[in-house]
Amino acid sequence: MNSFTPISSLIGGALIGLSAVWLMASSGRIAGISGILGGMFSPSSDKDDKTWRFVFLFGLIAVPLLMVLIRPDLDIVRFKLTGWPLIIAGAFVGVGTQFGRGCTSGHGICGNARLSKRSIIATLTFMVAGILTVFVAKYIGLYL
Amino acid sequence: MKRALAAFVGGGVFGAGLLISQMTNPSKVIGFLDFFGHWDPSLALVMASALLVTFIGYRFVLGKPEPLLDTEFHLPEAKDVDGRLIGGAAMFGIGWGLSGLCPGPALASATFAGTDITYFLLGMIGSIILFRFLNRT
Repeated sequence: MNSFTPISSLIGGALIGLSAVWLMASSGRIAGISGILGGMFSPSSDKDDKTWRFVFLFGLIAVPLLMVLIRPDLDIVRFKLTGWPLIIAGAFVGVGTQFGRGCTSGHGICGNARLSKRSIIATLTFMVAGILTVFVAKYIGLYL
Repeated sequence: MKRALAAFVGGGVFGAGLLISQMTNPSKVIGFLDFFGHWDPSLALVMASALLVTFIGYRFVLGKPEPLLDTEFHLPEAKDVDGRLIGGAAMFGIGWGLSGLCPGPALASATFAGTDITYFLLGMIGSIILFRFLNRT
């Protein structure tokens, strides 16, 4: 059972927004994680392109690691689905974000901030799909 | 070099935001998607806050002729809503709901979320590599 955490949510969200604005201001890039990751494996991506993607993802992984080392109380991770079924969930996220060209960050934040019609439709779609999936998963007892 | 440094700062601040807002906690995310149960609205505030900052920031940034370290803004060119967009977003939503993870938080918690995150990342990154390989032109 999780409690409502308005302050940390607002601060965390603002940081995500700042990162998105910074990446656009500095490099002219959309801060969409599935796109940045997918582009690393695109044959049309040259060395320069791969470098900034890799370094962005390195920062995305390294900074939270540093933070939980300094403040172990930030390390709150509770899985509701565990073990190998997560491979399937991961594959849905992987394939879905490549077909749909974006995820919660690329469509949900950057695209919606540009008032892109595609992003607004995509966001509504994955929200509804996520809510229905949780409803069904709870109903059939899939979660811990 | 400058561009790499800018990307590192961007990724780092993004990761810090995900951790602080607890989007790296799958049960917190599922609590938000559990709209018909014990709904936890926290994630709505994360999105609203991120969206507001980005919306205002983009107004200034995209009004400039070019970014600081590049010659052009790399914005998506696709405009049409098609089956790939809706089908892909629906698929993503199903995986998101099942696991409580989307790509950013999954990577941000890669080093401290145990074997379960390894399973998820295996499925996510493996399928992305396969997708890009099959769709190479």
